[in-house]
Amino acid sequence: MEYLKKYPKLFQWLFLLIVFFALCFAIDVPETYKFIRGQAEFVKDPNQSVYFFLGKEVRYYAFDVFWRLPPLLGWLPIWINDSLFFLMNEWMPMEFWNEDTQEFKTRPLLLEISRNLTSFMTFLIELIREILLGGLETIVAFTSWDFIDAYPWLELPGLPWTIVAAGAAILSYKLSGKGLALFAGLTMIYISIFGQWKPSMQTLSFILVAAPLSFIFGLGLGIAAYKSKRVEKALYPILLVMQTMPQYAVLVPALVLFGVGDHAAVIITMVVAVPPMILLTILGLRAIPPEVIEAGRMSGCTNWQLMFKVLIPTARRDILIGVNQVIMVCFSMAVISAFIGAKGLGFNLLLALNQLNIGLALEAGLCISLIAILLDKMSLAWANKQTDYFGNLTFFQRNKNVIFFAASFVIGIILAYVGTFIFKGSFNYLFEIPHNKGISTADFWNKGVDWIFDTFFVYIKAFNTWLIQDVLQPMRALYLRMPAVATLVLAVGAGYLIGGVRSALVVAALTLFIALSPWWDRALVTLYMATFGVVISCLIGFTVGTLCFQNKKSAAFMLGVCDIFQTFPSFVYLIPVMMLFGITDTSVLIAVIVYATIPATRYTIEGLRSVPVGLHEAATMSGVNKFQRLTKIEFPLAFPHMMLGLNQTIVFALFMVIIGAFIGTEDLGQYILKALSDKNGAGIGLTLGICVAFIGLIFDNLIRTWVGKRKKHLGIA
Amino acid sequence: MKKIISLLSALVISVVSFAGISNADSKKPIVIPTHNWSSQIVMAYVIGGIFESMGNNVKYVNADSQAVYESIRIGDVTLSHEVWESAFGKSFTTALDKGGLLDWGDHEARTLEDMGYPNWVTEKGLCPGLPDWTALKNPDCAKNFTTPDSPDGKGRMLEGPQTWHGDLIPQRVDALGLGDLWWVKFAGSADALWAELAAAEKEGRGTIIFNWTPNFTDGAGFTFIDFPPYTAGCRPEDGGDGKCGSPDGYLKKAVHEDFPKTHPKAAATFKKMSFSTSQIGAMAALVDVDKMTHEDAAKKWLADNKSVWQAFTK
Repeated sequence: MEYLKKYPKLFQWLFLLIVFFALCFAIDVPETYKFIRGQAEFVKDPNQSVYFFLGKEVRYYAFDVFWRLPPLLGWLPIWINDSLFFLMNEWMPMEFWNEDTQEFKTRPLLLEISRNLTSFMTFLIELIREILLGGLETIVAFTSWDFIDAYPWLELPGLPWTIVAAGAAILSYKLSGKGLALFAGLTMIYISIFGQWKPSMQTLSFILVAAPLSFIFGLGLGIAAYKSKRVEKALYPILLVMQTMPQYAVLVPALVLFGVGDHAAVIITMVVAVPPMILLTILGLRAIPPEVIEAGRMSGCTNWQLMFKVLIPTARRDILIGVNQVIMVCFSMAVISAFIGAKGLGFNLLLALNQLNIGLALEAGLCISLIAILLDKMSLAWANKQTDYFGNLTFFQRNKNVIFFAASFVIGIILAYVGTFIFKGSFNYLFEIPHNKGISTADFWNKGVDWIFDTFFVYIKAFNTWLIQDVLQPMRALYLRMPAVATLVLAVGAGYLIGGVRSALVVAALTLFIALSPWWDRALVTLYMATFGVVISCLIGFTVGTLCFQNKKSAAFMLGVCDIFQTFPSFVYLIPVMMLFGITDTSVLIAVIVYATIPATRYTIEGLRSVPVGLHEAATMSGVNKFQRLTKIEFPLAFPHMMLGLNQTIVFALFMVIIGAFIGTEDLGQYILKALSDKNGAGIGLTLGICVAFIGLIFDNLIRTWVGKRKKHLGIA
Repeated sequence: MKKIISLLSALVISVVSFAGISNADSKKPIVIPTHNWSSQIVMAYVIGGIFESMGNNVKYVNADSQAVYESIRIGDVTLSHEVWESAFGKSFTTALDKGGLLDWGDHEARTLEDMGYPNWVTEKGLCPGLPDWTALKNPDCAKNFTTPDSPDGKGRMLEGPQTWHGDLIPQRVDALGLGDLWWVKFAGSADALWAELAAAEKEGRGTIIFNWTPNFTDGAGFTFIDFPPYTAGCRPEDGGDGKCGSPDGYLKKAVHEDFPKTHPKAAATFKKMSFSTSQIGAMAALVDVDKMTHEDAAKKWLADNKSVWQAFTK
């Protein structure tokens, strides 16, 4: 009884677990139950139950409601899909003049609008692309294909790579200094001599369109949400879902609405990049002290002036961190957007992987990482740069960067011109090193993978067999053995114990959505893989993070490693992992662990760093040793921050489990991948994406609520 | 900005259209899709090269191989030059029925897509009796094909992504009574199939994967299993019992309905274009075996086979 009073929470949790297991044992597996490998809609089976809702037919295998809930939301994906199809293909057909065939043609209104919108995007992308690489579409946009055919000399020549490299270095120097300038120069030279110039610039050109547009939309929506509570309330749930939704799921509707090509890639990238921008804008504006606003009002600002001359400059730092996030997200989409037709590094990377050329894929991946890190550092430098108010400089001092750039521009053109004489008849290496004509280390990497395979294969296979047969398959079976009711009770109970009625209700709603969708079994498989990945990633991440934290240099080094891995396209390690561990769940989980360990490590280091220095001193003075200080002071204080790391780890793990579908899984990801090339896939893909997002949000809600309470308790909120 | 563009282009277009629409091809680029396998991409550049030699403008866009038919129907993509019957036949006919897409004739090459094995599997004697499917009924054969994740030590067949043919292969395995000895795993992508092929060879383990011909694997030696022959309506989705292999299929071409109007010459050439299995295999081999880039492979093929393709342009 005394224990009960001392640890009430502990007993509540125990009680919850007892109820959960009691339910698991009480509810038997129905005899007819088996994991459905194919989609129910393809197999017409007399054992299936059918119901109609809104005119849509939903087929499913019925079980005891305690075991599996019926898919009462099964009509939703079909309905979304049919509505989209109706909008794009049948709604408001109108006559449009087709200039190619010289006749009127009936096209639905929305299709025409979306195609006009995308042609504008295409124009922007081509403009930047052709400044960098040359081409004729920009001129064509102002004239016509017949015109350019008559005057072929109008084709834009493109910039020699030397000029772009010099420009990047000079800009970096202006923003930050010699270090960054050196890094920028080396990155550009690397890209060029490894023959990745053209694809890199193609990728860059669509990012240079996507990033500013995301910034404008994000800032605008962020300001709207700051000004109006109603807008914020409407936006917030969408933002939450978008942040945890796997990017693939958004590809499918985008494909239907906007077609294939670079423009669709820009739109899809914007969809993913805008939410963090909005959140950071709101955060920045909220943090402005009321005194600043008062001061602005007193000086007689209009609303417009107040926003753009006072509030936004004050919130500059947060907003620029938002820009930084936008850039990172854009690069993380570089590969994924290749699925809907973006040219550039992502496409080359996928092609190289298709030929099992790991080395080539690695080089393309490294280019993405390097450009991402370069732009990241440049935007951070811009965020931290102070405006120089002491402008008593000479003309040369003020304009030296422009002058240097002009000089390098002239030199670059002269070099390229000289190059036409040196490399007569072959490629002009001083203008552009063609794709795959540069140096390549691909052979080295490919041989490396072969060597690992030949040397360690016996051990790998033994480990793989053990892991799959003794750990993964039993674990998967256990997850699938959970009756739906027991899972619901566990989730809602945990919500109630952590955050009270409010949390319980949120968690219940999210879980019910998944349970009532047709994919509960698949969600359980996703959950099993994510759980395994998260547990191992956290163990590794927390250990590595703690060890690296002991020394300032190793901590900084580790954060750098995290940066590279985070921007490095995760597709690249799918192939070597597949070669070594076969087309099995192990391969998927290793990819998950590699990716999800990043946030676990990063947040551990940052959490430990966030412990106030004063407390260190106090602890040392009270005579604790290093180990005691770590366990008694640093860990408890850093724990809330580390839990946010857990939150991120879950999102990363879920994301990678979904990508694991490219190896071959039987979870939600497999159906998302399937939806990607299914003509009726838009609704299915979107609903599946929402299911994955909700799994993430359940944990997000629980962890955030807990962290909030814990921080208040520790007095560090 | 946009207004200016559209105004300007409207101006130029009206000038041009006053000059009269002739029978010449429009200078607007022909949009050719590229997918994620070598022969298709090389052929895209080959066809693009042929069109360019006729004075047309060409643009390449990478698109998903199933979704591309919807794109052709709407007009985002102009044509498709590799419509595989058993993989894309359904998407193709659906788009054909909806309107906007035209059937533009067959290639000389016939296609086969089915389960098969690399030739070294029989050379090592891992499953005597292949390629006849009844050899799979032998438990000693099945056990040479197990992998760590095989349930109850069953042999594994690696099917392509579920996208490609749904549950066709699992249904066939069950219908033929092989379900007790074999199980079917879905790979996530074509990459996974090639990775399995390479890994199994290194390991010396038997492997049965989904594959197709013409493909680059033809060069290294790949045999398809002889399942009971395909008859119309034998597949479960058509109401049959599923005890049949894949049909010998067409390799078609498809175009957007406006293509013959805007580019009459190119459309006529494209209609005549027909490649044989060995020609397609040679295009793929330039990339997969000789490790050339797709563009270079296409250039080389065009240079070496002038007599073949110049016949199409006449």
